[in-house]
Parts: sequence; structure tokens; C-alpha cells
Amino acid sequence: MGRLNIAASADDRPDDRQRSAIDKTEPAAMQTDQILMTFFAGVLFLGVLGFFLGRSKAARVRASGTPMHSQPDQYAWFTVLSAAGPAMVVAMLAAIVLGLFEDVFPGWLAVVGALGLGAFGLFVGLSRVRPELRARDSLEGAVKWVLVGAASISILTTFGILFAIVFEAIRFFQMESFWYFITGTTWAPGDSFLEGAGRGDGLPEASNNFGAVPLFAGTFMITVIAMLVAVPIGVSAAIYMAEFAPSKVRDVAKPVLEVLAGIPTVVYGFFAAITVAPLIVSLANSVGLDASFNNALAPGIVMGIMIIPFISSLSDDVINSVPNAMREGSLALGTTRAETIRSVVLPAALPGIISATLLGVSRALGETMIVVMAAGMRPNLTGNPLEDMTTVTVSIVSSLTGDNEFESAATLSAFALGLVLFVITLALNTVSVLMIRRFREKYAVSNL
Amino acid sequence: MTTKLASPGAPVTFSPETTHDLEMTVRDLKLWYGEKQALHGIDLDIYQNNITALIGPSGCGKSTFLRCLNRMNDLIPSARAEGEVMMEGKNVLSKQVDEVALRKKVGMVFQKPNPFPKSIYENVAYAPRMHDIVSKGKEQDELVERSLRAAGLWDEVKDQLGQPGTSLSGGQQQRLCIARAIAVQPSVILMDEPTSALDPISTATIEELMHELKRDFTIVVVTHNMQQAARVADYTAFFHLGEVIEYNDTAMMFSTPDQKKTEDYITGRYG
Amino acid sequence: MAQSLDDISRQLKKRHRKSARMKWLSMAALILAGTFLLVFLGDMLVKGLPAFQQGYIEVEVDYSERAAELPLAAVEADYRDLVSRGYLRLIPGRMADDESLLGTTQTEWVLADDAVDQYLKGRKARLKDKQIEVLDRLAEEGRAELRFNTGFFTNGDSKLPEMAGLASAAMGSVLVLIVTLAFAFPVGVMTAVYLEEFAPDNRFTRFLEVNINNLAAIPSILFGLLGLAIFINFFGAPRSSALAGGLTLGMMTLPIIIITSRAALRAVPDSIRQAAFGVGATRWQTVRDHVLPLSMPGIFTGSIIGLAQALGETAPLIIIGMIAYIPDAPTSFTQAATVLPAQIFTWAGMPESSYVERTAAGILVLLTVLISLNVTAVYLRKKFEHRW
Repeated sequence: MGRLNIAASADDRPDDRQRSAIDKTEPAAMQTDQILMTFFAGVLFLGVLGFFLGRSKAARVRASGTPMHSQPDQYAWFTVLSAAGPAMVVAMLAAIVLGLFEDVFPGWLAVVGALGLGAFGLFVGLSRVRPELRARDSLEGAVKWVLVGAASISILTTFGILFAIVFEAIRFFQMESFWYFITGTTWAPGDSFLEGAGRGDGLPEASNNFGAVPLFAGTFMITVIAMLVAVPIGVSAAIYMAEFAPSKVRDVAKPVLEVLAGIPTVVYGFFAAITVAPLIVSLANSVGLDASFNNALAPGIVMGIMIIPFISSLSDDVINSVPNAMREGSLALGTTRAETIRSVVLPAALPGIISATLLGVSRALGETMIVVMAAGMRPNLTGNPLEDMTTVTVSIVSSLTGDNEFESAATLSAFALGLVLFVITLALNTVSVLMIRRFREKYAVSNL
Repeated sequence: MTTKLASPGAPVTFSPETTHDLEMTVRDLKLWYGEKQALHGIDLDIYQNNITALIGPSGCGKSTFLRCLNRMNDLIPSARAEGEVMMEGKNVLSKQVDEVALRKKVGMVFQKPNPFPKSIYENVAYAPRMHDIVSKGKEQDELVERSLRAAGLWDEVKDQLGQPGTSLSGGQQQRLCIARAIAVQPSVILMDEPTSALDPISTATIEELMHELKRDFTIVVVTHNMQQAARVADYTAFFHLGEVIEYNDTAMMFSTPDQKKTEDYITGRYG
Repeated sequence: MAQSLDDISRQLKKRHRKSARMKWLSMAALILAGTFLLVFLGDMLVKGLPAFQQGYIEVEVDYSERAAELPLAAVEADYRDLVSRGYLRLIPGRMADDESLLGTTQTEWVLADDAVDQYLKGRKARLKDKQIEVLDRLAEEGRAELRFNTGFFTNGDSKLPEMAGLASAAMGSVLVLIVTLAFAFPVGVMTAVYLEEFAPDNRFTRFLEVNINNLAAIPSILFGLLGLAIFINFFGAPRSSALAGGLTLGMMTLPIIIITSRAALRAVPDSIRQAAFGVGATRWQTVRDHVLPLSMPGIFTGSIIGLAQALGETAPLIIIGMIAYIPDAPTSFTQAATVLPAQIFTWAGMPESSYVERTAAGILVLLTVLISLNVTAVYLRKKFEHRW
């Protein structure tokens, strides 16, 4: 249960990674395995024991003719909870403490302690099984707390992401300048490694190698290309499906678009790199333009295709929830379908469409596989989509899969970039939720 | 075009004592929703500058009939209509007649006020601009004012034309919808239970307005409220199970109905 | 006087043309989106289908003592370069297992080298003229042919394209998904039950809801950072392991399961709950005995969709090191493993052109699995859907 140095396996060449992973993680893992096994077996034993002891005691009392508050099974579960509950809590606390401070006490001690407490809980619980004990109410309360606990996990996840990223990002900004990070135009993590190893110019402190502007620009460029593909096609397709298409066409078109949405991004990435990028290069060459095989256009277009179903299905929902009375009101004035759509339906649906677009943008910003596979690795501040450029997500991946030490600025920069991504996507999502809520309040639609 | 229609023994159409010009004539109109027939051969004459009320129990086909007059039923994929709805010597149900043109000529006001989510001004100006009736600017301002005045709403909203139409009260919204319909200068205005969602005072206002409007427009109004029909309509048709049971001068209809069913209905025996 | 119908119709011509244009344009957009899908699938089929066949040649294998030490000697010099090096390497092992082979010469169909395979499929291959001559002769004699590529499904990854298969990645995917499901299903369903059946309308609940929505929108790569920092660095889960990968994907799948389970619970009408309360059931008894069983089909459907998404996810797994080279299928949750999409990613980065067809074939396999999962989900929903 000790802390593992991530650099241990990141150090090796990819070919040897598997061997090294086994060599270096297996002893600790085996130990963890055994400790967990022992613990769960123990808890299971205590639980089963508690169930039968509790039930038989309750059944005995009942058989003797004493009226009881609850059912025997409820007393049984009460006993199970009083045994397993404390054991679980102690085990969880021990795991967290062991995670925070390495090896302050051995793992087996935690297991023994937790199971011992569980046994004690079993004894106490059993002795409390009496006719006047309101086991049903206690159970009901316990169930509620278990559910609250489960619900809190999603909150813990969000905060886990936030803290993990912020904590490591702070360490990064202790080494590098925050200001240069968001305004600097040179991204050269490799150089910082050289300097760190004492082979560079020996610049003091901040190396000014972590200016993320080229990454932001690359991300922005690819996102813009993706949205230029996705928004017109997605919204138009939604208009066709919601306003013009016969229901049979709709019934076919919707699942087809869903298939498009279900394709894994790694597959899109392969398509972009192997098929679309060479196509763009040859097209560009045929009109006398130079294009890189890692041009921004290929991942941008393919990402746009990926986002089409996302935008079209949300827009379709929104357009469908514009009340029919609006359409009828307009058509009854002798306007054409197109005039009604353009002047009445679309303006009414606009908040929803914008909200869908913002979610699409947030997807495009965070999309990783397509750009990792089809966009370049070279930070390049340019406005030409035919050149290669790299993105925030590509840099995150490359800095965490490279040969750097975990404690180095090059690796930690991934978390600084992750923080930027987190903040921006969260903001986009919040705005989008607010807009859709406004739309919903206006038309009292409930299916969004 | 004054026509006296002979109706020997048939209760479905009638010829009024005084002669009126015919706006629309409906002959043997049948309509199906999928397999289900909703209208079983309707014959009805609609007279110019009069108010014709359609009454009957719910589900009797009166709204469906109304929506045939400007082909709003075309919007329902399963609906299929047969028969004649004659206007200007053309059967407006035929594909040769442009339904958009028809709707410009035969406007509609709905049961629930449905102003667009635009400003009051835009609600009125939107369709005339599409139809190229007015050009932007002063001409358009005048049309908006004229229409709002005709709908009796001008004095209440003249200082807040930029406010969203949805910010008005229910009765005001409905008058805005009437102003919007007037603004495209139709011949006929169809009203589908225009006051059923409104309070009694707003209802009274709209009923008065209908009296004003019939000078310039032909009005066909569906109502579930017999008193309303008695108050506003010149002629009344009683619908039952997709058929017109009786069509007559309103006063006659309510005082001496020809048909037993009509009498049962207006005396409240079913509905 | 209002205009006549004819006048209006004449003015409408232009406007109708505009309307028609909008209809066709929007239809074209939908067709375009469908075309993308067709082009993409077609491209993958064209590129990937050949990988389901593999070149074999018939040669005489001489199981001499010399071959046991120097496997190359087992095959005639002319054919040596045409046979897969992977096959040759196995010869000493097979001789040790089966001693009766020693000293015999057998005519065997043998896995061909990658270049031969490519040549047999009619592609450019790095073969010398001499080798091509030999190969052409073999083909003429019916001693070189393409057969169904079983190795693709039974082998693990390999540095030799002709030996590389999906088996170890598939096993890794299974292990990862088991962990994902074991974590996300109970936690997700419990969260949904809490929110729908127990939670009071207070700040905590509202915060929880906002939080779940946000979680669903966080880019997947950030879950990788979480997995790296928390599971691996903090709790010491083994890097590249199915355990770390499964938990990371579990966190990602959680919001999907919560959201779909909530919808399923909400679809159970209140009358059922009131009936249960009416006979004196507690809240938990009502949920356990009535609401949950009725909403299970919906919950399963949502979970399958969540699993399908987890199965296709790559980015967070790269961050926690699941792109390792794994020739043998992992057998435990703590062993280093890779998953199908990660295998596709590694193959896509290989310089040898013959990996391209393997990558596309891997994609076809992955898509088949994903589509079957989704079809199952739709089928479940259709079959058990209640109309209240």
C-alpha cells in the first residue's frame, strides 16, 4: 500500500514497459491483493455470522411469545450492520491514512484492527437484539446513510479531480511562472529538462519554456474548424428532422446519427490520420498549396463529424419542444414553412441551440484521441490550418507518457494544462446549463 | 353574388331572410384522421360580414371543420379531406390552391393566446413584412397602430410596444393575436374558442370587438359556450358527431330549434 | 378590398422557392452526415477486412537436432525468409514438447512472413525479386494461400505483424469493464435511488445534481489525471492495471448510470409507491420490493450504454499507462493490461504498413462489440418497457 513512483515505469522504453510494470509493481500489488482479500473475507464472515446469530436470537425471543417491534430478518440485518459498519469505516480511514503517510503502520495491522472492531460490534449488536429495539427504524436510517455515502462519491470524484489537478498545478507554478504560462509563446518542455539536468544555459528558476499560448492557439484553431463543420450540419439536420422529415425518415435518421455518436474517438483518430489527412494533403498539393500530414484541418473536420450527432440531437429536442402553437400561429398568418422556421421557431429555440453548441465546444476542447493521433506534436503559433500544430490535450498526453520524472516541470505541466481545461469546460457547461434552464422555464418543457 | 340555396327539408343549409353575399360555401366535406372519419359530409354557407358560430359538444368536429377552412389540417400528416370548400370560385382544398395564399386570406385566432416570443410591435409587423404589404418604417408603424387600434389594444400598449408579447395579460394577448391576424388584411377570420382561456371581463371585451370587426371581416367562431353564440353570432350551426344537425339564424336556432338534438343540447340535456 | 387568392399566389412564388431551398439544404445536411458514416464504415471495411485473412505457405519442416538449436535450419534456405520468424522461434519449444518429432521431416502449412502476406493480398511488399519468384511458384503449385486468420483472435500483441492479435487486449477490456461495472453500477444506482426516493429538496441535493451534470461534461482526459494522481500515486494501485483503469472509467461512467437510473426510477408512477406505503411498508422496503424491480430494465439499459462508452474510451487509460506492450493476456486485476481501443491506438502508431489493416480490423471488431451492446440495450428497453 505504499506510494509508487510513477517515474519507475515511465522511465522505460515502451517495449519493456510491461516487464518493468510487473517487476516493480507486483510485490506491492500482491501484498495489497492479499490484504484486501483477507479483509473482505473477514467482513463477509462476520456479516454472515451476524445475520444468522441475530436472526436466531430474534426468532427465539419471538417464539417465546414476547411481541417484538420488528421482523426477525430486520434484527438479523441490524446485527450485520453493527459488525460490518465499523469494520468498513475503520478500513477506509486506514486506507486514506496509509495513502497520505506512507507506511506509518503495516497494512495487516489495519486489517486486524478493523476486523477486531467488527467482532466487537457484532457482540454489541447482538446483545442489543431485544423486543423493544426498533431494528426497522435503525435499518431505515442506516440505508439512508449508505445511500448518502454513495451519492457523495460523485462529489468526491469532482473534488478529487479538482484537488489532484490543482495540487500538482501549484507545484508546477512554484517552478515556473504563471504569467509566462498563460502569455508566453514558447513551449519547449524538452529544453527545460536539459536545463534541469545542468546541460542548458543554466537559467535561474523559471525557464520560460512553458508558454502555453501556441497550445491554446492550436486547440482554438482545431475547435473552430470542428464547430464550423458540426454546427451548420448539425443544426440543419436537426431542422430537417424536426420540421420537414416524414416520421419514417426520422425513425431511420436518428439511430444512424446515434451510431455516429457511439464511435470511439480512437477510431475517429485513426480515420483522421490514415484517410482524411492524406486526402487533404493531396487536395492541397493539387491546388499548389503545401500541407503537413499533421495538418490541423484533418483532426478538425473529423472532430466536427464526431460532434454533429451531439449538436443535432440536442437541437432536435429543443426545436421539438418549441410549442406547436407558435408554428400554427405563424403559418395561420400565411407565412411559408421556411419563414416560420427562420422567424419564429429558430429564435425561440436559440438558447437551446447555443447551449448545445457550447457543450459541443467543450467536447472539442477536451477531445484527446483524435488530436493525439492526427494533429502534430510541434507547438506552432500560426493561422494556417494546413500546417501542423499541437493542442493542450496532446501536450498533456505527451508529457505524461514521455521519459520525464514525475517531479519535473515537464511532467507537472500536464496538470497546469489540465487545470486550464477543467476551468474552461466547467464554465462552458455552466453557461450552457443556465441557458437551457432559461429555455425550459420559458416553454415549460420537461424532457431536456 | 347573391345566391339563394334551395334546401327542401334538409336541415344542413339554409337561406337567410335578408340576402347576404356568400364568402365561402362548403359542400359534402369529409375528413379522416387515418382510419377514423371525423367529418361526415358537411354542407354549410358562410356569409360575408357576418359572424357564424359553430357549437356542439366536444369532439363533434367543429374545430376540425374550422381548420379545414384555411387548411391547417394539412399540418397533420394523417388528416385527409374530401369535398368542396369554395371561395372565389375555387375549391380551396385542391392542390391547385396555394395553402399559404389561402391562409393569408383566411386568418385564424387560436384557443390559447399564442403570441410569438417577440416584442408586441414585432408580433404585429412580422407577417405583413413577410407578405410585403408594407415597407419598413413609417408605413409599418402605421399598420401596427391601425391593427392594434382595430383590436382595441392600442391604448393599453402604445407605450410598451418593445415589451415582449408574452408579458401581456391573457385577454390582451388574445387581442394581440387578433391584431396580428388583422394586420395581414384577410377576408375571413377563423376563431377557435377564442375566449375559453380567458376571464369573463376579457371575454366581454373580445365579444364587443367581434361586433366591431364584422364590418370589415367575415368571422367564423367555434365556441363551447352557447350564451356566447347567442350573444355574438348572426348564424349558428350545431355540430354533432361530425355532422351539421342544424344551421339557422341564431335567434331562430335558440328560440325554435327544428331538431330534437339541437333542443336537447341547448337546453343542456347533454354536452 | 383584400387581394384575391390568385394575386397572392403569384406573389408567393419567390417565397415558396426560398422555402423549398431551405428544405433541400437541410435535407442535404442530414444526408451528408449519413454519408460520413457510410464513407467511414466503407473505409474501415476496405482497410480492415483483409486482416481477417492471413497468408500461409506449405513447406517442408526438418525437425533435425540442428533445428532445435538454430530454428532457421528447419526450413530450406529458399523459404526461410518467407516463413514467419515467430513460427520458427516456436520450433525448439514444440520439439521439446513432442520428442517424436525429432529427426522427422514434415510437410506443413506454415504462417507466412508479413511481407509474403502482403504480397499475397496483392500489395506492394518489401520482397526481393528472387523471393517473389519463389513465392509465385509456390502460389502456382497451390502451396501459398490466404486462410482465415484465427491468430488475430487468439494471439496477444506482437512485434511481428503476422503474429499480432487482439486476445490480450480483449481480456484486458473484460477485466477493466468488470471493475468499472462493480464500482459504477452499485454506486450509480444507489445515488439515483437516493436522489429520486430519499433526498429532501435542500442545498445538498441541489449541489449534488449540479455536480453530477458537471461530472458528465468533464473531458475524459481529466479523469485520467484523477486516476494517475489518486488511484496510482495516492492509493498505490499498480500502474497500467485493470484495477486502476476500471476505477478511472468507473468514475467516468458514474454520471451516465446515475442519470439513466434516475429516469428509470422517475418512470415508475407514484401510485405504486403509495400502494406500498399504504400497506405499511417503509420507504426502503417500498424501493427494494416495488420501485427498483420495476425500474431495473431501464437501469440495465442505461448501464449497458455506459459500459459501451467505457469500452471505447482511450484517453484516460493512456494517462494511467494502459498502452503497455502486452503479449500475454492478463489474468488478474493488478497485472499490467491493455484494452481494445488502446491496442488500436498502439497499432495505429506502428510504422509497418501491415499494422494498418490490423488496426482497421481491430476497429471493426470493436465496433461490432459496441453495436451489439447498443442493440442489446435497445432490445431490453423495447422488451421490458412499461407504458403506465
